[in-house]
Amino acid sequence: MATVVIPAQLRKLTGGKDRVEASGRNIGRLIEDLDRQFPGFREQLLQDGDVKPSIAVSVDGEMGTGGVLEPVGENSEVFFLPALGGG
Amino acid sequence: MAASADGQGYRVIGTRPIRHDGIDKVTGRAKYGADYSFPGMLYGKVLRSPYAHANIKSIKTDKAAALPGVKAVVTADDLPALADKMEQAGEQAINLSQLSANILARGKTLYDGHAVAAVAATSPHIADEALRLIEVDYEVLPPVMSVEDAMKPGAPILLPGLRNKDEGPEKQTNVATHLQFKRGDIEEGFKAADHVVEREFKTAMVHQGYIEPHNAVGIYNADGHATIYCSTQGSFVVRSLSAAVLGMPEGNIKVVPAEIGGGFGGKTTIYLEPLSVLLSKKTGHPVKLTMTRAEVLRASGPTSGSTIRCKMGCTKDGKLVAAQIWMAYEAGAFPGSPVGAGAMTIVAPYNIPNLLVDAYDVVVNRPKTAAYRAPGASNAAMASETVIDELADKCGVDPCDFRIMNGAKEGTPQTAGPPYRRIGFIDTVEAIKSSPHYKSKLEGRNRGRGVGSGFWFNVGLQSSAIVNLHTDGTASLVIGSVDIGGTRAAQAMIAAEVLGLDVNDVRPLVTDTDSIGHTDVTGGSRTAFATGWAVYEAAQDTVRQLKERAAKLWEKKPEEVAFSNGQFTAQGDGVKPMTVKELAGRLARTGGPISGRATVNARGVGPAFATTVVDVEVDPDTGKVEILRATVAQDVGKAIHPSYVEGQMQGGTAQGIGWALNEEYFYDDKGILRNSGLLDYRMPTCLDLPLIETCIVEVPTPGHPLGIRGVGEVSIVPPPAAVANAIAHAVGVRMTELPMSPPRLLKAMLSRRGGAESQAAAAGR
Amino acid sequence: MAKKVVVEATINGEQTEFLCEPRQSLLEALRDVLELTGSKEGCLTGDCGACTVIVDGRPLCSCLMLGVEAQGKTVETVEGLAKPDSLHVLQQKFLEHASLQCGICTPGFLMSAKALLDHNPKPTEGEIRYALAGNLCRCTGYDKIVRAVADAAQTLASGTGQGRGGRLGSGPSASEQTERFLQGQEVK
Repeated sequence: MATVVIPAQLRKLTGGKDRVEASGRNIGRLIEDLDRQFPGFREQLLQDGDVKPSIAVSVDGEMGTGGVLEPVGENSEVFFLPALGGG
Repeated sequence: MAASADGQGYRVIGTRPIRHDGIDKVTGRAKYGADYSFPGMLYGKVLRSPYAHANIKSIKTDKAAALPGVKAVVTADDLPALADKMEQAGEQAINLSQLSANILARGKTLYDGHAVAAVAATSPHIADEALRLIEVDYEVLPPVMSVEDAMKPGAPILLPGLRNKDEGPEKQTNVATHLQFKRGDIEEGFKAADHVVEREFKTAMVHQGYIEPHNAVGIYNADGHATIYCSTQGSFVVRSLSAAVLGMPEGNIKVVPAEIGGGFGGKTTIYLEPLSVLLSKKTGHPVKLTMTRAEVLRASGPTSGSTIRCKMGCTKDGKLVAAQIWMAYEAGAFPGSPVGAGAMTIVAPYNIPNLLVDAYDVVVNRPKTAAYRAPGASNAAMASETVIDELADKCGVDPCDFRIMNGAKEGTPQTAGPPYRRIGFIDTVEAIKSSPHYKSKLEGRNRGRGVGSGFWFNVGLQSSAIVNLHTDGTASLVIGSVDIGGTRAAQAMIAAEVLGLDVNDVRPLVTDTDSIGHTDVTGGSRTAFATGWAVYEAAQDTVRQLKERAAKLWEKKPEEVAFSNGQFTAQGDGVKPMTVKELAGRLARTGGPISGRATVNARGVGPAFATTVVDVEVDPDTGKVEILRATVAQDVGKAIHPSYVEGQMQGGTAQGIGWALNEEYFYDDKGILRNSGLLDYRMPTCLDLPLIETCIVEVPTPGHPLGIRGVGEVSIVPPPAAVANAIAHAVGVRMTELPMSPPRLLKAMLSRRGGAESQAAAAGR
Repeated sequence: MAKKVVVEATINGEQTEFLCEPRQSLLEALRDVLELTGSKEGCLTGDCGACTVIVDGRPLCSCLMLGVEAQGKTVETVEGLAKPDSLHVLQQKFLEHASLQCGICTPGFLMSAKALLDHNPKPTEGEIRYALAGNLCRCTGYDKIVRAVADAAQTLASGTGQGRGGRLGSGPSASEQTERFLQGQEVK
């Protein structure tokens, strides 16, 4: 099971928990599983079938480039954070 | 001076060759966007709102259109209406409807300088005259100029459709987003603190200040295809955003990047480009548009002014235990300030167990902000790095030691949670601590020394590269990364290194959006990292193909061919080693021309840290601050061309000093910009700065073939705080407003002296 | 609209005749009429120096002068600095010292620096900075520009003559001569 660290503003969906376990071989399936456990996650994180443009995903400390296709390992640690640009 | 030696024994990487485009640039031959001219070309100009906030009741263009020499007049009615939602466009998440409304106002103007209409005429002077003949009926509305005013209950609303999650779907608001980051228990954290410092900071809106104004030449063909020549940091961004705004298929637009006269993030978006195509379509001629300096300041993205409340606590030994931050950034007319980055960078160099950050993106009647070198981070560091300085003072700990004690390392969690991989923050602090500058004594009245540190994420994203090998054994290197600061040379150096060629035998070409694969912006400190990676792999691909040719010639298998020190070799009698040059002459007979290629969506980005120390002298009578000495240490992973790496470090430091001391937007009470020129928007001159010493620190990025870390941005983050800390040590005044211009500093010094004098007088009675 | 005027001037050593409107600046005349786009527009108010040219030996902002005012005058622009087979020593030193990043301010700096060295062949760091204070650079922080001008002065003073010519080569790092030169001079 992967560990998903819940952003502060989404902890209201998990009853205040900041870390939860979820399964899925990629981010898309992981979000499905999160939504099954805690309804509302899909709406917060996805738009038009992919991760929202304003959200970035980190898996095991590395920023993902695959969106919903980004692989998630058996014991991965997953973070959702605001997407950023540079100048 | 470079702090590191080259252990890998590179032949080209780490040397300082003359840049390949250098001669064109010192002779005036290089073509920047405004230098392009085409037969039959017309000149475009933009009419801009003279009000900070107004409804457009009507626009009458017939008198302007009738002026001899005027060939077209356009307004937002000539552009398609777009969906009001966030979409992915290149590096950025963009609301296309808002982007279009910023290019030509739709129904409402939201800042002094907001574009309302555009004309094309046979001379720029006639175009100017035509603007004066356009009649716009404005209904003037009250301006909202600060985050405080925008967040007040009952504030005038800029965007009637804007909502945020906190306030719900029914509530009109000027707050576009609220982000929050939480770790540990903030109350418990402060309970454990022996020292707590809490301050409120205000930083003024500032501009990237590139010397070259925005420009674009658009050529629309009757077959529905268009070409745009422009100075941009991202030709693919110009293509996709212009296509969206114009309602054209993306592939129908070719963007040819001209040389660019500075960008710093401000040229990663579009302003004039779609207008140039629209006007060309209407007139059947090429149309050139350029901004005047006043337009650049009034109407192209500055970066946010901000209000930041920063409270931090530490134990008496100097261990940080808690940080609580409230920050609101000006987004300008449309949402999208870098407050998220501000929130995630503000205490990023430190290991703090208890953290709470609330960050607000707020619209105000100012130009829509655009990226400016580590966007959001300098504002934030002004707050956190000065509070840390106060805490260090209270503990009696040296500012470098304080940072080393609390410094983030591999494994330390970042603000948004993920742990750092291998980083060089503490290395930069130690480099400063052992620098000749820091070791020197600073003597004299009203003189002080200050240290500041900064962090920037850097980005990866997509790049493409092609290596074309010529029969004479030289190579062309084709890339899409615009060269804003010497990266062409660095890319050629990487290719030359891999191919075993002399750096002057690799010709780098920056090319258009049809001739190279997708390449994201030259910005975000990504060019050496990501394009360099693509170039490295494209060169390796070339070597692989050359091995196959050598194998053919020697009647061996490719796996039996080795390549090192510029030579192809194989075991066996009669096998004479060959260089790339020698093999290149045999391409036709062995299979044909060779092109190596690679594309990346770069992963494993290495974040950057910088630490800066500054010595100042304050004039007690005027409040003027002189920078006596400045040294910046930065972790760059691997410096490909050290001179241009030093240049990035020095340039960011200079901009940070300008941000600290003099730069700000002055709006009057009607919301009109009063300093839209370079005399009163005061950037540092040659006379305002000393030589800037540099320490290149190299902690390689794990996973990158050359260990490169992005270098372009982070050096702008520490200086405002470093200067503020130096002023505090010079004259005992803690400044909490940027810029620390002479009137502000003088006022602060006088009230401190006045306070001290009345205290002394009271004591004497 | 006023009729165009014929202007006769010496531009980069060549007797030149061109047509311009009375309302066009010298910068416009150079760029749009004579196609000498080396001088750049940065502000049009004489504050950035990107349009610096030398007129009758004096450096000035060509955006602040009218094209018609060039009548009978000698104008030097960046296009006139190099010889066919060699760069001016200032151009060579700017390349060696990596004194340009985006390069937009470089033509203006080269002209201001040339005017300085034409009048003051042994400037101190302070004098260099003062002479260049009218040219804004946003990329470099001026460090490598000052070093290049100092090195160029040193090179001219030691009589080693013109720059090394157009051939690219692996440039040396910042000259040791420069370091000594800067240390030996008084700081402002």
